[in-house]
This record gives sequence, structure tokens and C-alpha cells, in this order.
Amino acid sequence: MRLTPRFLLSAAAPLAALPGRAVAEGMPQLHFKDPLLQGQVVWGALIFIIFYLLLSRSALPRVADVIKARETRIQSDLDLARRARKDADQAQKELCEAREKASEDAKATIQSIRETTREAIRVQAEETAARLEAEIKSAESQIALSRNNALSNINEIASSTAMTLAERLIGTADEKVIAAAVEQAHAAGAEHVS
Amino acid sequence: MASGSTIDALGQFELHPIFGSFGEALRLSQAPLFMAISSAVVLAFLYFGMKPKAVVPGRLQAAAEVSYDFVRGLAVDTIGEEKGTAFFPFIFALFFFILAGNYIGLLPFSYTFTSHIAVTFAMAITVFIICILTSLRFQGLGFFKHFMPEGAPVALSPILIPIEILSYISRPISLSIRLFANMVAGHVLLEVFASFTIMLAGLGVVGDVLAVTPLVLNIALTALELLVGLLQAYVFAILTCIYLREAVDH
Repeated sequence: MRLTPRFLLSAAAPLAALPGRAVAEGMPQLHFKDPLLQGQVVWGALIFIIFYLLLSRSALPRVADVIKARETRIQSDLDLARRARKDADQAQKELCEAREKASEDAKATIQSIRETTREAIRVQAEETAARLEAEIKSAESQIALSRNNALSNINEIASSTAMTLAERLIGTADEKVIAAAVEQAHAAGAEHVS
Repeated sequence: MASGSTIDALGQFELHPIFGSFGEALRLSQAPLFMAISSAVVLAFLYFGMKPKAVVPGRLQAAAEVSYDFVRGLAVDTIGEEKGTAFFPFIFALFFFILAGNYIGLLPFSYTFTSHIAVTFAMAITVFIICILTSLRFQGLGFFKHFMPEGAPVALSPILIPIEILSYISRPISLSIRLFANMVAGHVLLEVFASFTIMLAGLGVVGDVLAVTPLVLNIALTALELLVGLLQAYVFAILTCIYLREAVDH
């Protein structure tokens, strides 16, 4: 079909017809005398009340229960986790304390061992020193004894040597004179030495 | 639908008896049928959704819980913790009754019971009466003091008091007409454009091409109607909450 004025008119007709019809028959919603229209309000009230009662007594509490159960569950799980964390913290703290204590004990043990050892070494060193001292002393006294012996014999040896020398040199030897001379020389020598 | 060259845009709102003469005697029309269907759908949504009672919800359960939390938040945030909880099932019932009515009414061959002023006004007047009873319960006769704004000159009271009373009484009217008018307008537009599509398609090849325009418009309108349906249910519920808040503590 071509786009003729007739076609346009027929297409536009509904637009013109709409208000006319609405006014002529009116909106069905405004036919308040219609028994069906009155009936739907009564039925609607009844259905709405049943709907409301089912919702408030049964359907909505179900949703509330599930949501509440979930909240309780989450809360209890959180509490559980919190408690576990607290326990873990406590255990860690105890472990740290135990470790510190062990380390201190070990330090103390090491210290005591060190001190004991040091003491033992010191005692041993002292003993050794005392022993050596004693040995040195005895040796010294021995030396002094030997020296005194030697010194006590020296005049006699010197006298006899001087006698022999004097006899060889001059044929005679006065024992008393030689002894005096040796004594004098010894004294001089001792004086010189000291 | 279209009959001849005229568009019967309002015929869709006519009530017809269902279930034969038995239904006619009980004044049963498609409106109560769709009210029952809407209620049943909402209840089924909640019952089947919450059936698993899972700690980690599936899709349907999550949807049911979201709808619960949404309306609960609406009621509790507006009215207050204690009284909001008490009114919550009523707000939930109102919101989902209207929402399901609006959305199911968008399906082909169905009927939108929220497009009847009698129905929306009945709901609005129920809210109005509950508000008045709540006001009297919580405020006693002090409720009537609100019709004279505090601090206003006494000389103005002959003007102010009637205005306040009028604005208070107009609440259920505006509440009901807002929902009714939105639904009627949307469905009339859908009907008109659908009729255009059919009429133009009957005019041959050119008509077929032209018929695409109202069809596309209708698709866009359906999306708009989905938004309007949700929005009007929300507006009805939130206004009820605000009126109830005023009733419990003013």
C-alpha cells in the first residue's frame, strides 16, 4: 500500500478515537457500582490479611531465624578463633619465657663452670708456685750449705797450699804466720767481694 | 486489544467474572485471582528461597535475604529500631504485594490489580487508619496539636488549621492516585503502541517497516515499566514508613 492521505488518516484515526472512547465509556476503574469492582476490594482485603499473617507468622520469621543463626554462628566462630589466638599467644609467651630461662640457666652454668675452672687453675698454679718455691728454697739452702762448707775449708786449703808453696820457695814455713796471712787475705778478699 | 480502527486502551482494566456463575456469585474477577497469585509468588519465593537454610546462601536464598534486609532496613532506619521491627511485616507485605502486582501485571495475558483506584485507595486508607490509630496510641490527644504548627501566630490559626487538616487528609488520596495513575498510564501506553504495531503491520510492506517503531518503543516502555513498578512499590512503602515515623514520635 502506498503512502496516501487515506492511509495517513487511517493511521491517525486511533489517536483521535482514543479520548472519545475514554470519555464515552469512562475508565472501568471508575465504575464504582460494578459488583466485581466492589468485590475485588473485599477479596483484596481478605487476601492481603492472609498474606500479611503468613508473612509475619511464618515466612519472615524463617528468614530472620536463618540470618540470626548465621550471625550466631559467625560470632561463635569468631569467639573460637579469638580464644585460639589467645591460647596461641599464651603458649608463645610461655615458650619465650622458657627459652629465656633456659638461656639464663645455661649462662649461669657456664659462668659457674668457668669460675670453678679458674679457681682450680689458680689453686693448681699456687700449689705449683709453692712447690717450686720450696724446691728453690731447699736448693738455695743446699747451695748455701755447700758454699759455707767450701768457704770453711778454703782457709785450710789456702794454708796448706801456702805452706807447700812456702816450703818449696824458701824451705821453711811458719805455720802460724801463714795461717795469719791467709786469714788476712781471706778477710780482704771477702771485703772485696762484698 | 485493537478492534477495527479504534484502540481500546482501557478495556484491559475491565473486570470479568472468573470461574463461571459460581465466581460471579462470589464477585470473583481476575483482580482477586492475580492478588492471590502475587501473594503466592512472594510467599513461594520466601519459602523456597529459605528452604536450604544454608549458612552460605545460594542465589535464591541470597535474593530472599536481600529482600528481607532491604525492607527491614527501610522500616528500621525510618521508623526506629523497636517500632520499625513491629511494623516491618506490614511494610514488607505492602511493598511486595504492590511490587509483585506491578511485575506480574507486565506479563502478557495477565492483569494489573494496582491499576484500580479502588484497590490502591483501599491500601492507602488502611495505611492512613493505621497511622491515626498509632498516633493516638503513642501521643494520645497530643496528636491533634500537630494541626496547629508550633510558633505560628494564633491569629493565623483559622487559616492554618484547615490547611494542615486538609494536607493530612490528602495523604491517602495522593498515595493511592500516585500508584494508580502510574500503572494506568504505563499500561495504556503499552496498549496504544501495541495496537499501532498491529494496525501498521496490517497495511502492507511499508506498514511492516513502520510497525517496527512502536514495537521498539514498546520494548523500551517495558523496561521503563519495570523501573516504574519497582519505584512505585518503593515510594508507597517509604511514604508509609515516613507517615508511621511521624505517628510514633513527633
